[in-house]
Amino acid sequence: MAQPSSCAQSSNGVADESPNMLVYRKMEDIIARMQDEKNGIPIRTVKSFLSKIPSVFSGSDIVQWMQKNLNIEDQVEALHLGTLMAAHGYFFPISDHVLTLKEDGTFYRFQTPYFWPSNCWEPENTDYAVYLCKRTMQNKARLELADYEAESLARLQRAFARKWEFIFMQAEAQAKVDKKRDKIERKILDSQERAFWDVHRPVPGCVNTTEADIKKSSRMKQPHKTRKIQHCQEQLDRHRLKMSKVAESLLSFAEQYLEYDPFFTTPEPSNPWISDDVTSWELEACKEAGQQRVKRWAFCFDEVMKDPVGREQFLKFLESEFSSENLRFWLAVQELKKRPIREVPTRVQEIWEEFLAPGAPSAINVDSRSYDKTTQNIKDPGRYAFQDAQEHIYKLMKSDSYSRFIRSSAYQELLQAKKKKSKNLF
Amino acid sequence: KNRQLPLLSSANLVFLVEMAAQEVASQPSDTLTTLKTESETLKTKLEEERAKLHDVELHQVAEKIEALGQFVMKTRRTLKGHGNKVLCMDWCKDKRRIVSSSQDGKVIVWDAFTTNKEHAVTMPCTWVMACAYAPSGCAVACGGLDNKCSVYPLSLDKNENLAAKKKSVAMHTNYLSACCFTNSDMQILTSSGDGTCALWDVESGQMLQSFHGHAADVLCLDLAPSETGNTFVSGGCDKKACVWDMRTGQCIQSFETHESDINSVRYYPSGDAFASGSDDATCRLYDLRADREVAIYSKESIIFGTSSVDFSLSGRLLFGGYNDYTINVWDVLKGTRVSILFGHENRVSTLRVSPDGTAFCSGSWDHTLRVSGQKYLRLSGVVMKVSHLFCLSPDLGLNVDWNSDVSLFSPQLDSRITRRL
Repeated sequence: MAQPSSCAQSSNGVADESPNMLVYRKMEDIIARMQDEKNGIPIRTVKSFLSKIPSVFSGSDIVQWMQKNLNIEDQVEALHLGTLMAAHGYFFPISDHVLTLKEDGTFYRFQTPYFWPSNCWEPENTDYAVYLCKRTMQNKARLELADYEAESLARLQRAFARKWEFIFMQAEAQAKVDKKRDKIERKILDSQERAFWDVHRPVPGCVNTTEADIKKSSRMKQPHKTRKIQHCQEQLDRHRLKMSKVAESLLSFAEQYLEYDPFFTTPEPSNPWISDDVTSWELEACKEAGQQRVKRWAFCFDEVMKDPVGREQFLKFLESEFSSENLRFWLAVQELKKRPIREVPTRVQEIWEEFLAPGAPSAINVDSRSYDKTTQNIKDPGRYAFQDAQEHIYKLMKSDSYSRFIRSSAYQELLQAKKKKSKNLF
Repeated sequence: KNRQLPLLSSANLVFLVEMAAQEVASQPSDTLTTLKTESETLKTKLEEERAKLHDVELHQVAEKIEALGQFVMKTRRTLKGHGNKVLCMDWCKDKRRIVSSSQDGKVIVWDAFTTNKEHAVTMPCTWVMACAYAPSGCAVACGGLDNKCSVYPLSLDKNENLAAKKKSVAMHTNYLSACCFTNSDMQILTSSGDGTCALWDVESGQMLQSFHGHAADVLCLDLAPSETGNTFVSGGCDKKACVWDMRTGQCIQSFETHESDINSVRYYPSGDAFASGSDDATCRLYDLRADREVAIYSKESIIFGTSSVDFSLSGRLLFGGYNDYTINVWDVLKGTRVSILFGHENRVSTLRVSPDGTAFCSGSWDHTLRVSGQKYLRLSGVVMKVSHLFCLSPDLGLNVDWNSDVSLFSPQLDSRITRRL
């Protein structure tokens, strides 16, 4: 019989709680509750023709129990979770290799904990070969191999041709032991063993729930050491906002943008994925901004800066005020940060010459601290050479020029311009 | 919900001691104990400071806004073509193209709108765990078990062999878990199973900045949405989410409330908060200004891990792809689930909302990608079904799209009246 492999242990002896184990434990908790004598699923023996079907419960029993005990309102959800638990092998239909849950009179049985996936089974093909071989030795109609099992057996016989005698002997030995068991016990154990293999060698087309996420299998075994004390100390002094303020801010943001969210308000003229009409994408790409788009620029400074058309309009406005050098500087520094590292030193020099050097053609006004820092930075020019100056200019534009732009006649005109039909879905 | 002080697991204790040992080189063992105590005390103090300003819960404040009612989602496009598990996907800024990568080694660029495949590259190493679309739409980046991130310029000439123009950019010492272009085609941010993140210059392959601080594999990252922002958030197997300064390489803030690996992080559209999805079957919202976790999205019946999360455009909805093959949609403010989408036949491994928020795309171990969106709206229990096309006054337009979408135009009426209809 296949042996469970030992779960990975980390160096200090604590069992490695891999993500799969977390889910297994949760499913096992549910199973434990399902098996509870008082509040669990009633398990019974059913009489069928001349024989008895031991230790079963029906699909609808499971679904009802789940809806009642796991806070599941929707039957579809209960069926889905139940199917997953069956697919992992925690309970199984007694007459089907395909591990799903149906909400009807189909009978199911619990899997024995020995076969639970949390035991980290990784059964070999030789184990599977022994099992299939043993099945052929038992002349019971209900234990006949399914087509896919017969194909697997044939394949394994070819693969293990040289050691088939050994496999055959093992199968014989197991069959002998099985024969000695009580008939009812045999029925149960046979079905449980079959369900085990349904998990590890699923019917073609069914999901193999034992598959692991490659990332989790490749994870580092030794954790890194990190600077916890220093980090904690630095974080202690941070300025924090009250939760009530934060909550209000999150609420108002969501409310403000609800009309731009296609899940709440249909885009104009339609959602391309629903209508198969790409007009709204074409409109977005063109230079003319509709009223809804223009309205957004008033929400905050970042909105103007994010939108290429917004930036263009803001630049025009600044040019009319003869203060466009601030925005041009800011844009140039943004552009600098996007260049390949090779081009940076030259660009830094160019920006310095244009905006900050004594006698610069587009001289900007920065505070003396930023100016001094920048003068130092350009000696060893990097992508962040103008960081302080850029932050200062951004604050300036935000607090000064931006509010004037929003109040300007140019902006107000754009806002009034195209009064489109506003669509509101409730 | 009262915040519990985090209990130090035995694993944490072990490396506190190891770290203390490192920090104290050859000092006597009673100093080690002192350091250990200091570290624990500091951690407790930090949690206390954070808790002081916790005067109300987000969902309590959200009680004053209207409930959303149930949403019904529908798959609009199914992209078939990968031969194995889809591991990652990303949208192009043009809102219709996507790039996807799979365990079969293929990276495919699709026009998701038409479902046509436009480009395909076969990677030398088959497990391609990460992929990203360049902002210009002219290149894609990808990598995985090869520990590298490579950039492929996309050619208009379909016959051209993309693999020939491949450029190796990033080199890590373990698998590449995520990659993302910054606001330009010239820089790439990567995260790796080696526990670090790094910023690279695409042209030269030079590392511009590295980010150390995670104690285990870093699984995900997301760039802050602001134009001025120079920060990004990462999540890892150490259950920590860290916010980084791209300029200095410093970790500005960190959050450790999840009970297992953090598989996905995504910024709230305002940039003030971010959501995370974890193997502990929960999604959580962390606010940067409050410096704490502010919401948990979970249900007793959801026991499988979250692999990927993303917000709708307004931030009101949080989409989560789960290892139980479903996509759950959450009301971010109230904390309730507003939709569940079945359809994938295996784990959902990746999920992104499109750049204009009109749809979301999910990739799965069932080899497919699906673009999905809304089917119809229910207003607090009242189902809108259209059985007749009728005309009201000329000011009101009632338009019916027989492809199952109902839109109501009413420029003159205010929203309250519209709802009563």
